[in-house]
Amino acid sequence: MTEVTSAHVPSRVVLNQADIDRALTRIAHEILEANKGSQDLVLLGIPSRGYPLAVRLANKIAAADPTVNAGAIVGQLDVTMFRDDLSHQPTRPPHHTRLPLSGIDNKVVVLIDDVLYSGRTIRAALDALVDLGRPRIVRLAVLVDRGHRELPIRADHVGKNLPTSSVEKVRVHLEETDSIDGRPINEVVIEAGK
Amino acid sequence: MKHLLSTENLAATDAIRILDTAEEMSAVGDREVKKLPALRGRTVVNLFFEDSTRTRISFEAAAKRLSADVINFAAKGSSVSKGESLKDTAQTLAAMGADAVVIRHWASGAPHRLAATDWIDAAVINAGDGTHEHPTQALLDAFTMRRHWSRLSGVASTGADLKGMRVAIAGDVLHSRVARSNVWLLKTLGAEVTLVAPPTLLPIGVEHWPCKVSYNLDETLAGGIDAMMMLRVQGERMNASFFPSTREYSRRWGFDDARLRALDELGMKETIIMHPGPMNRGLEISSAAADSPRSTVLAQVRNGVSVRMAALYLLLSGDSREAAPINTATPAFASPSSKESN
Repeated sequence: MTEVTSAHVPSRVVLNQADIDRALTRIAHEILEANKGSQDLVLLGIPSRGYPLAVRLANKIAAADPTVNAGAIVGQLDVTMFRDDLSHQPTRPPHHTRLPLSGIDNKVVVLIDDVLYSGRTIRAALDALVDLGRPRIVRLAVLVDRGHRELPIRADHVGKNLPTSSVEKVRVHLEETDSIDGRPINEVVIEAGK
Repeated sequence: MKHLLSTENLAATDAIRILDTAEEMSAVGDREVKKLPALRGRTVVNLFFEDSTRTRISFEAAAKRLSADVINFAAKGSSVSKGESLKDTAQTLAAMGADAVVIRHWASGAPHRLAATDWIDAAVINAGDGTHEHPTQALLDAFTMRRHWSRLSGVASTGADLKGMRVAIAGDVLHSRVARSNVWLLKTLGAEVTLVAPPTLLPIGVEHWPCKVSYNLDETLAGGIDAMMMLRVQGERMNASFFPSTREYSRRWGFDDARLRALDELGMKETIIMHPGPMNRGLEISSAAADSPRSTVLAQVRNGVSVRMAALYLLLSGDSREAAPINTATPAFASPSSKESN
């Protein structure tokens, strides 16, 4: 649990709890629509905040399609060891990678992350996937797309397109991972740069 | 953390970080592709001035699973046998661009010397120096114990320590760097350690170590233990007689069949038997004990690779070292977004 300290820099809330929930409901239906049903679906969340989003999406998909067992289609994919900036950043401890029991071979894998920015995390995720199996299709769903891509990568499902300046910071707070003064929070905030 | 030289000065948070990372690394061994690209393009030199098989191949396997290039350097048959000094060897390796040096040396303190001087600007990992320390062995032992201990208490091993675990280490403590490293690390992690050895095989000053000392293995067993670690009798370091005969040693301080039965009779169902290897079967440990379900000898070897991967990864991946020229001023690279990702 990350305790969010009240920001000293000016910030504005761009998505509140209801907005996040609506966006996820829409993405869940988009995923089902694009896949023409729930067959072979696997949702892989990228730590730390992609995983709780993947769990939420899996629950929404299960609510829309009663044949789906939410726990059986969701997993977590750690990309730490595949990043291209390992030697330029402070050491990052790796997270756990956990795949659904059915594996990912010949599945339709939807990668899920909170913010799509340079695209480098997704590139690392694609590399990590190759070492774990061979999905039939890989798609990408993100809660926020803030632009400034550095690689030819785009999301198939986007909760909200946020035009940002590259000096601004986009922070996603989810009740599964964050709290403020001990209270859980769900919101997306843009902080002004220094 | 730039070097891994000893466990005596290793903070609990660093130790737990290494063990947690090792926990993630161990999953790689079960995958279809047993390789991670994290250390691609880095060079790890195994600099071994003393014979070793398992430690060297364990480090080699660990480095290769992280995609590092490995250079093995054994003193035998090298320029060292022609009289080259440690300094010249180190500077040669530095000139070849080594990023990490895994060093085993017969002289206590050689890795510290390498780390403290400007002979080489690489991360130094102590793989055993004289009778001083062997930190990665202690870490893999602690990793093995932590898995066992957290399985018993039903909690996740990640982030856990060894609070309350009773560990006995028996055998040749005097010559054992494994015992030294374990005493400091296990103390840091909250375990209670008892050293069991004949008085002749205990070093001077052992009373100041953060552990209990006993001369009687049966008494220690009767007192209740959760992990029994047997040390190898190091024949090659014994230049005087420390005990009358090997027969007497194995009867009084070896883990024989009778003591294995005693564990069952005393109701210690979950006590594990550990040995850093190579084992002298029939001397410090009986074959029945080494092959019993309690034995973690092979698990220790397996965990050794994971722990060494964790150590190499944590020492080599950060930017504490001189980074390649990249424009970190570009905000996209400095990752100013909501979390560590883009």
